[in-house]
Parts: sequence; structure tokens; C-alpha cells
Amino acid sequence: MSSTISTKFSRRSFLRTSSLASGGMLIGFNFFTACKDTAKMPVDIAELNYNDFNAFIKISDEGMVTIFSPNPEIGQGVKTSMPMIIAEELDVPWENVNVVQGILDTQNYTRQVAGGSQSIRFGWDALRQTGATARQLLVNAAAARWGVDASECSAKQGVITNANGETLGYGEVVKEAALLQVPESEDSAIEEESKSENPEFKDEKTEGIAGNVTLKDPKDYTLIGTDVGNVDIDEIITGKPLFGLDYKVEGMVYASVLRPPAFGQVLESYDDTAAKAVTGVIDVIKIGEKAKALLAKDEVNWTAILAPTEKVVVIAENSWAAIKGKKALKAEWSDNSPLENTKAHDKILTDLLDGNEFQNMRKDGDVKKAFKQADKVVERTYESPFLPHNTMEPMNFFADVTDSKILLVGPVQTPADAAATVAEMLGRDEKDIRLEMTRMGGGFGRRLYGDFVYEAAEISDKIRKPVKMFSTREDDMMTGVYRPAIKYRIAASIKDGEVTGYHLKEAAVNGNMYGLIPNFFPAGAIENYQVDVAKYDSNISTGAWRAPYTNFLSYAEQSFLDELAEVMEKDPVQMRLDLLEKVKGTNDDRIQYSAERLQDVLKLAVEKSGYRTPKDGVYQGVCAYYCHNTHVAEVADVVMEGEQPVVKKITVAVDCGIVINPLGAKNQIEGGAIDGVGHSMYGDFVFENGMPTSNNYDKYRLIRMNESPIVETHFVKNTLSPTGLGEPTLPPAGAAVAIAMKKATGNRVYKQPFVSNMNSKPILG
Amino acid sequence: MPTYNLKINGSVQSIEAAEDTPLLWALRDQLDMVGTKYGCGIGQCGSCTVHVDGNAIRSCQLQISQLDGKEITTIEGLSEDGSHPVQEAWKAIDVPQCGYCQAGQIMTASAFLEKNPNPSREEIRNAMHGNICRCASYNRIENAVAMAAEKKMA
Ligand code: FES
Ligand code: FES
Repeated sequence: MSSTISTKFSRRSFLRTSSLASGGMLIGFNFFTACKDTAKMPVDIAELNYNDFNAFIKISDEGMVTIFSPNPEIGQGVKTSMPMIIAEELDVPWENVNVVQGILDTQNYTRQVAGGSQSIRFGWDALRQTGATARQLLVNAAAARWGVDASECSAKQGVITNANGETLGYGEVVKEAALLQVPESEDSAIEEESKSENPEFKDEKTEGIAGNVTLKDPKDYTLIGTDVGNVDIDEIITGKPLFGLDYKVEGMVYASVLRPPAFGQVLESYDDTAAKAVTGVIDVIKIGEKAKALLAKDEVNWTAILAPTEKVVVIAENSWAAIKGKKALKAEWSDNSPLENTKAHDKILTDLLDGNEFQNMRKDGDVKKAFKQADKVVERTYESPFLPHNTMEPMNFFADVTDSKILLVGPVQTPADAAATVAEMLGRDEKDIRLEMTRMGGGFGRRLYGDFVYEAAEISDKIRKPVKMFSTREDDMMTGVYRPAIKYRIAASIKDGEVTGYHLKEAAVNGNMYGLIPNFFPAGAIENYQVDVAKYDSNISTGAWRAPYTNFLSYAEQSFLDELAEVMEKDPVQMRLDLLEKVKGTNDDRIQYSAERLQDVLKLAVEKSGYRTPKDGVYQGVCAYYCHNTHVAEVADVVMEGEQPVVKKITVAVDCGIVINPLGAKNQIEGGAIDGVGHSMYGDFVFENGMPTSNNYDKYRLIRMNESPIVETHFVKNTLSPTGLGEPTLPPAGAAVAIAMKKATGNRVYKQPFVSNMNSKPILG
Repeated sequence: MPTYNLKINGSVQSIEAAEDTPLLWALRDQLDMVGTKYGCGIGQCGSCTVHVDGNAIRSCQLQISQLDGKEITTIEGLSEDGSHPVQEAWKAIDVPQCGYCQAGQIMTASAFLEKNPNPSREEIRNAMHGNICRCASYNRIENAVAMAAEKKMA
């Protein structure tokens, strides 16, 4: 999984220009790959072709800039921050920039996973290059008009100025600029590291000149680093249709799918008499044969999320009739594999940890020997439950399958995969499929899986009508793709006041940690270090959930380190700083985190939270964690209200390189930290006989405003390449809270959710 | 199917729908007003909040047959151009993340501020606790409600 693909591309080959028939200039570019030799630039804005280009920039005769990108928005601000990078290098006023979400042509969309927290990291170089190249083209055009050398001209805020003080607006030279050769030079090839499978990689310095196009020095940025509001804000606050569930066309029908109530069950028979009698119900059909056939054919990882069964679908004139119709359906199910229970998983995972069937993920030195020679060995086990994603907008998709084409519209993060699977499933040509992405009402990993797209397509294929397949909250929670239940057992040896050995074992349902996660801190800091994993294959579908694996691993490791410090009678901050000191200068290239950067965020969080001078009655827990390329430290403030520990505040110190849009970045950071607190405190999801015991918010507790801590954010200022923020502040939050709760109550919590260790009454809406 | 005349955002709208149709789905499917969102359907999340005679009500829990003579306001009708003080505060603070819950948050906040124009932080946190934001934009929602209150007072 952790292969590194290095590709070279020159600016000329990743960017093309054309003159628009209606006026203005069009620039088409790719993020990660060269344009195909056959790539043709459109001359009509209605014919933007995302087959050959990832995105387009239009500069009008009036100097207005429109960015067309199919990258959708799931709440991580990419629709704001990515255009900001282009606008900065192009040097235009932000008021003149407009962002339009293009329609995705699924065949050649390189970064298939849209909108993840890695988008910024991946797009950074290409976006800057594109903006700067476009600016240089405009300058070259103005220079030619004036008959002067381009080096005597400068561009700022949409205006080009020459040595005599004469000026030309961008709009005035677009015609000529579109005809010019795209600037390049001998060494114009820039190296782009793209590790598609693997989200971890090293930092790179942000600097430099590429050919005769000069990128700005970060200290000269006027837009990057300023607060820019969400580009969709007006539509959101006035209730305009933006989301998948809001999408509607003339003649569209609504579909509600009855899926097996328990994992492990398949459809035997059904009776639709009562359902068909519901006013507004048009028909009841069965789907699933096509998906089943695909399932039998392919050994792909989405098998787990496609139950190998037929499903019953109520087709109705409106959503309410579809919901009522489904309630009225009577279906018989049979077990085709054992129905599983959380209680049984508990024992299975413990047995795995006690056993010997592990896969080794990292091994330094000899932990066995270190443990034998130790003065003391500490061993603890940490447990976490399954978790549903609970995106606020439930899964849904629109499909319109006709003989000539297939239109798919909705919120999905893996559009190219989804379209390819639909093509294969329905035996159709991918060329006939068009997939449009809508704004997404949350993702958290759930929309990486395309099960709901396949269902919508299969329904429309059968009924040959435009259809909106939508899940109710109950469907969504009970037929999800869950964060797997995991247990960690960590043991460490102490000798002469030093940690000499560290052995982490993971037992998980279905999936184990992957990639470079076993090389995160404290890997590299302890001489004898080992990570082993084991898994149990379940028929319950599991998958990525915001900050996969680290969302729980961070709590286990950081709680453990805190306990080690206590046992060793060391200051927990100093102990981490000392451990990190040992990583400096490492030549182990699996270690991706920077010891310096982790030390710096830790120190910053300690300083800003007042950790050294705690207030009376405030108990503080501190931790530092690296994941998803970003270094974060958090301090949780807990107070006792009666018998209850209450989380009042989280101080977050973040090193995410250059902060493109602090306003948007802080939103991500606050949300991640509160989400981390919420799921650690309350998130619980139990299976009995293959069925989740909670199916809606009356039984599943999500954090609410009156339980939310205030989040205070501090950035480490530097000019390193930006890294993502959608995930990295979530994992440390649970750890910081657990550590603070220990101080407040005297008890350590080894199990999530923390409320299962407290007597807390759920507060519901 | 029976016909109902509902007074929504100042004008009377006529819809044909089953009598047990929740206002939420009537708005979304029959009247093409999709600003009001479905989140849970059981009155637990607040995504579907609208005003009925000035009170914040969960439209998923209200059947259209119960609304005779009532004044209904949805997010689309809160102001003509997004200039309600609560909407303006939402914009100034840049509250939304994914944005899905925000119409419901705004409707709860605006009804609350009509009744309590000068709330304490504690009162804001309690008044808003019925609205889930899965993206956890809670700090900003709280700040925006406080800002809107200040603006209204000024
Ligand atoms: S949809 Fe009405 S309260 Fe959740
Ligand atoms: S902004 Fe996403 S649910 Fe509130």
C-alpha cells in the first residue's frame, strides 16, 4: 500500500490555454499529471471537458476570474482555500474571484477521493504553479503590447504596470495572453511526489522559482493567511438547494430501500400488499441481483458493504409515501452467516490479544529482552466500540438510467470508482455515465463507499425513471459502514528511570492499522519497539471513519504515556519532550513526523493553556499527536460539577504549515476537537444478534452544544507546505480528556465511551 | 387526496397530500422548499426546525392537517435577502462547516432571540441544545447567537 510514485511534469504540459469565443481567456490545468497530448482546450464555456483537465480558470475581458472545479465540498473548506491559492499567485482581488463547481467527467479524474483533508496538501504545488503561470502570461502579453521587456513589468491585484507607470488591466490583455506560448525553461520540470495510497509523507520547503515563472515568497502573500468566508455562505443561510437530498428533476420518483435488519441475513420472501395500499406508493420492486453478480465476480474491498442479498424497494411519489410504504412491507429474512454480538466480539478480541497470531508491523531491537531485564513492566488494555458516521445528511443518490445514458447526481467522495462500478454492474459503457457531485452534508469517511450510488442506479435501471434513493436515519445508522471495534494492549518496560521497551498489540474487527501509522510517535524514540496486529473477520461492514485508526489509537497511546510518566514519577510534558529528543536526526525514513515540530506544538499548547499554573478546580490533561501529516497538541480543561467531570475547554496548538485561510482552518480545528471529545465521551454502538441496538438519536448520543467545550486554537507560524485539517485535531482530544479526567476523579478510563465509566444520564433533544 | 391551504412565509399555498404528511416532507417534496432539512424524523436533531406562530417547532413532528390557520415561517422566508440579524451574524462569524444543520440552527436561534433578546451564554447553550451539528460548529453557533442578540439590542 505504501508505494511512492514520482512523476515529472513540466508546467507547459500540465497547463493549456485557449481564447473563448464569447470573450476572455481559458486556462485548463491538471493537479498531478501532465495533460494528454490529445487534450483539447474548449473555446466554449459550455464545453468544459474534465476528461482532460482537472480544473479551469476563466479570465474575462473585465478581468473577472472564475474557477471551475469538480472538487466538491464536504465541509472542509476546500472550495474556499484551493481557489485562494490560485488567486494569490495570479494576484487578483478575492472579490473578483468566483468559484463554480463543475460536472465531473469520471474517466480521468486523477485524485478520485474528492475533498479529503489531503486535498490541500496535494493541490498546493499545482495550484500555485497554475496561478503564477497565468500571471506571467498576462504580464508577457502586456509587455508585448508596450514593446518592453516583461521583466520591467509587474502585476498586482489584477493590474499590470510597466517602468513608465503605464497600466493595463488583466482583462485588457487576455486575448493576446491566450495566444502566447506558455512560459517554460530548461528546468521547468518539477517533481511531484504523489503517494496515492499512502497519506503520509515528508515536509517540503515552500520556496522557489520554476522556470521563468516566479512563485511568490510566502512573506509577500496578501490573500493566503487572511480570513475568507465560506463561498457558499449565502446559499446556506437562506436555505437554497445545495445538497444531494435537495436535488430534484421533473418526473422524479422517490425510493426507500428495505435492507436486511441484521448483518448476516438475506431476503427470503416479502409481502407488499399493505405497502402498495399506501397513498402515493407507485410500486414495490426487488433489486440486488446485479450487485450480487458483481460481488461474486470481484474480490474488491467494497464487498463488505454490499450485503449479498436482494432488497425490497418502495417507489413512491414522495418521500413520506416511500417511508410509510416501507414500514408497511412485510419481509422474511434468513441467516446466511452467524449473527454477531458485541459481547462475543469483546471476548474474541481479548482472545486475539492473549494469543500468538499476529502480523508484525514494526520491530526495533528486542522487546522481549528489554522486558526481561526491566525494573518494571506496565501493561494496559484500551477498548473502543463500533461507531456509525451519522453524517447529518443521510445517504442518498439520484439516478436516471436510460438506453442512451446514465446520469448520477449526489454526494459521494469516490465519484470515479462509483461510476466505474455502476458501468460494470449494469454492463454499460463508462462513457455514457455522467456523475455530478453535490455539496455533502458531512462525510467523515462514509461517502467513500458507493453502495448508495449502486442502489440508486440499479433501481433506475429497473424502473427506467429518474429516481432519488434516500435513507432514513434508521436505515443510515443500521446499515452503515462502521468504525471497527478495536482493542489495544500496550506494554512498556522501565529500567533505570528510562523507557526501554514498548510493545503495542492491536486486535480489530475486520481491519488493521495500515501504512505508516505504526511508525508514528513514539516509534523511533524507544530502542526496543514493536507493533503487532491481529484481526477477526466479521460480517458487519466496517470502513474509514474520520481519522481512521488514529481516532482511537491516539487515546490509547497518549493515555498510556501519561500513565507511564506517573509510574516513573516524571512530568508528562518533559517525558514526551525527552522521548522526542531521541528521534531527532533519525535516518529511519519510515518516521514521517518531525520531532521538532511535535515538541513545538506541545510547548505552545502548554504555554497557551496555562498548564504550568492551573486554576483551582481545573484539571488539565495534555497530549501531543502526529497524524494525517499535521502535528497537534491539545490540553483539556476538566472541572467537577457535583460528581460529574465536565470538559470546559480544549486548547489546541497546530502546526499545519502555511495556514491558507485561518477562518476556515479554525472551523475545522474546533469541529475536529469537539467531535473527538463527543465520540470519546458518548459514542457507543452495540450489536445484538447482528443488529445495532440504536437506530436514531434518541438512542445514540451525539455531543450537543451545552456539552461542548470552548476550543481555543493557536497556530505555529512557519512557511512549510500546508497540510490538511479535517482529521488531525480529532484523535488527540479524547486522550487529553481522559488524562484530565484522571486528575479530576482519580480514575483512569480504559474504555470508550467514557460515560460508560461514569453515571451520566444522556441529555437528549 | 385532501387539499390543505397552508400559510407559509406570508402567502397561502395549496397542497394535495395525505393528511398525516409531516410539514417537513410537504415543504420539501410538494412545495419545493428544500431549505428545511431532514435529519432524524423523530424530533431529536432540530434540522427541520421552522416557526409556527413564532415558535420554533420541529416540522417532522407536525402533520399538515394540524396547521389550519397557523403562520408558518421557513428558512426561505426568515428574511427576504438573508439580512435577518441571525443570518447576518452567521455570515459574519462564518459558522457553517458542511452546512446541513444550519437552517435548523438559524430557525431555533431566531425564535429564541424573539423571546429572550438578551440571553446569557448559559441560556444560549441550553436553548440551542436540541439542534445537533454533526460537524460540531457549536462554538461558532454560540458566538453567532450572542452577536445577533447584541446587534438586535443595538
Ligand atoms: S428531522 Fe425533525 S428533529 Fe430531526
Ligand atoms: S455544519 Fe455540518 S452538521 Fe452542522
